[in-house]
Amino acid sequence: MIFLTRRATFSASHFYWNQSWSEEKNRQVFGRCSNRNGHGHNYTLEVTVAGDPDPVTGFVVDLKWLKDVMEREVLSAWDHRHLNHEISEFATTMPTCENIAIAAWRRLEPAIIAANGARLATIRVYETPEIFAEFRGLQEQVFDPGAQHRGEA
Amino acid sequence: MTAYFGRRYMLSASHRLHCDGLTDDQNRAAYGKCNNPHGHGHNYIIEVVIGGPVSPETGMVINLVDLDAVVQTQVLNRFDLANLNLDPLFTAQVPTTENLCREIFRILLNALPADPPDLKLEYVRVEETENNFFQCFKL
Repeated sequence: MIFLTRRATFSASHFYWNQSWSEEKNRQVFGRCSNRNGHGHNYTLEVTVAGDPDPVTGFVVDLKWLKDVMEREVLSAWDHRHLNHEISEFATTMPTCENIAIAAWRRLEPAIIAANGARLATIRVYETPEIFAEFRGLQEQVFDPGAQHRGEA
Repeated sequence: MTAYFGRRYMLSASHRLHCDGLTDDQNRAAYGKCNNPHGHGHNYIIEVVIGGPVSPETGMVINLVDLDAVVQTQVLNRFDLANLNLDPLFTAQVPTTENLCREIFRILLNALPADPPDLKLEYVRVEETENNFFQCFKL
């Protein structure tokens, strides 16, 4: 089993605001992230798929194909957009790193399942180089790099 | 729905790899230049990943302000700009980055906020330089 990761970047703006809370509580929980005009990040999207290399091509998946899927399903929709105002997933869901990772998973998984090859293993979204979130799907599978080696997988 | 939140911190510290149970020659053979008598330092990157349900109210696994507070008080205040060999954790064990990684995992395991519930320390990763790093998933 090989885990293969493709990385891409997109730039978008967002802010955090829970409509059912008072302004004071939004300020208290979200701090400056609640400024209503939003702010932006250069996000990094890492998509990891898992599978065995094809005996003919040696590929887990064709990286050009994966690049095109990421571009078509995610980047073309999110790049240079305001996530709260323009992206349907975040109309009522907070566009945190966690939820962006989950939304990216939902956008990418159908195309990856349809290709009938590797499975989607992990989505990691960096908001800055120091802040990131990861989603491993609803039926989360062990993603412990050492587990197989230790005979636990 | 379970997701993982990760945060990277930096601390600068010095250490000397030296085992009292070994002779000088054995120490030199085991640790090479890391055994130089006055020690040396690194800018360590501490990556902390927390797993847990995503709160429908906040969209977060953990508020990074809360995680920052724990890491600042428990880890950075203790080890940043310090000599690791002088910390009581490293009187009986060599302050290799393996051991530092495991000790930080142990410290954070006992210090995670009780709220929200169901938080899990997924792993601690310590990068000693750009070219080597260590990860602890469990004790």
